Amino acid sequence: MSDLNDLYQEVILDHNRRPRNFGALESPTHQAEGYNPLCGDRLVLQLRLDDGVVADIAFEGSGCAISRASASLMTDSVKGRPVADARALFERFHRMVTTPPDSPVEDLGKLSVLSGVREFPVRVKCASLAWHTLKAALDREARTSTE
Amino acid sequence: MTTVAPARRTEFDVARVRADFPILRRDIRGRPLVYLDNAATTQKPQPVIDALTEYYAGINANVHRGVHLLSELATDAYERARETVRAFFNASSTGEIVFTRNATEGINLVAYAFARQRLEPGSEVVISAMEHHSNIVPWQLVCAERGATLRVAPIDDRGDLILEELERLIGPRTAIVAVAHMSNALGTINPVGDIVRLARAHGVPVLLDGSQAAYHLPVDVQAIGCDFYVATGHKLYGPTGIGVLYGRRAQLDAMPPFLGGGDMISSVTFERSTWNDLPYKFEAGTPNIAGAIGLGVALDYLRSVGLEAVAAHEQDVLAYGTEALSAIDGVRLIGTARRKASILSFVMDGIHPHDIGTVVDREGVAIRTGHHCAQPVMERFGVPATARASLAMYSTREEVDVLVRALLRVREVLGGS
Repeated sequence: MSDLNDLYQEVILDHNRRPRNFGALESPTHQAEGYNPLCGDRLVLQLRLDDGVVADIAFEGSGCAISRASASLMTDSVKGRPVADARALFERFHRMVTTPPDSPVEDLGKLSVLSGVREFPVRVKCASLAWHTLKAALDREARTSTE
Repeated sequence: MTTVAPARRTEFDVARVRADFPILRRDIRGRPLVYLDNAATTQKPQPVIDALTEYYAGINANVHRGVHLLSELATDAYERARETVRAFFNASSTGEIVFTRNATEGINLVAYAFARQRLEPGSEVVISAMEHHSNIVPWQLVCAERGATLRVAPIDDRGDLILEELERLIGPRTAIVAVAHMSNALGTINPVGDIVRLARAHGVPVLLDGSQAAYHLPVDVQAIGCDFYVATGHKLYGPTGIGVLYGRRAQLDAMPPFLGGGDMISSVTFERSTWNDLPYKFEAGTPNIAGAIGLGVALDYLRSVGLEAVAAHEQDVLAYGTEALSAIDGVRLIGTARRKASILSFVMDGIHPHDIGTVVDREGVAIRTGHHCAQPVMERFGVPATARASLAMYSTREEVDVLVRALLRVREVLGGS
């Protein structure tokens, strides 16, 4: 049962129960919607970029503990950082959750708690949903909040 | 084929039934398999597995073609399977039994070769709010093409179809009524006899999606009086890739072919082709011969166990499961229709169904989590998804107990409310 406890670590349960940066932004410049058809998870991600920096970020939606915690941790880890850093972090996170279980992974600080999904192949998508949505939002042209 | 249907059993013995299903002996990461995902697909009894091997090892050949012995044997086995299906659904002739890939193909066949001819701007197709996507999307496609409208009969908070609302929707504009005999997401068994009567009063044909019903309750298409009935083999303890469309002869006769190709013609020139007799007009190309034979054996098996006995046993486990799940703090059943079978759809306070599925899987319990290809049903009940345990003839009260313990474990791992 240890792999279950690896998956549902206390940090993840905490972020699931009390997600950080949950809600909508007043004036987002970028936005994207993520959807996982397998489980019906939906996620709306909003960002306010200011001079190449993620000045503010928030998410809303319903999802499993893994996708919710991952979204919460993601927003925490990119908030206040340059867009280039956020993109680099996307790559590193993606690498971490897709390396085979049992092989060593880079230490990504708090984000490392999600490396447990490697034992649960169908759950990798839950952990990556927020990150793919982040990438989609960053790749998109800036939008005004009045849209 | 040498497979012989076992003698009819007088009393339902679940241990004996379980012994016929080899997969039930395997373990899941060291724990006994508790398979409660039967609404997705059922497991296969040994005679079905043997029938596939025996067909390929002994009589494999194409059907309705060669004059050689193997082709004769294969054709004979394939057509005997059709007769078994006919008897199972009590159709009046084998010409009314079309083999398809699955129920989805059967619905598409009727949508395209029947409904599309009758649809025009202003006409309507009536379905219910509890349909599987396979009984929604084909109608949306033909309605969009012909400028027709899809109307949806609502369901109440228990998951029962509101018959008066359905009645209100049926009128001179209605081209066809298409509803599930039983809901895959809620377990509701619809009053199909009443539905057919309501439609008939307006001369409207009815298609019933029997994907879920056919392996839980006896189906008599003549007694029900429907025009079309579709079912899928892999839920009837048969192989995947084989399904059945029953169509009333008068309707099938008047319909153009759905797919063109070999076997469905009586003659072909470059100027024109003429169509083969029923049911071959609707079976273009080499069919799933082994699948049909396997399905025939599965239905023989089901009849030997006895559908009435199976239904009674499943109702007992369903009642037990309903009580056991309701007793768990924070568990809410979705779908409590007056008449239902097999399905225990539920949510747990503060815990997403996907997390439930992952944790119970580690206890050896296979359930489905998600929207069950019935997103409108999820929307109706205001949940993004549910966890669904679904029973079959080999399900036991003990398995329900394992599920309940696994759900307590879910609470332990995830906390929740």
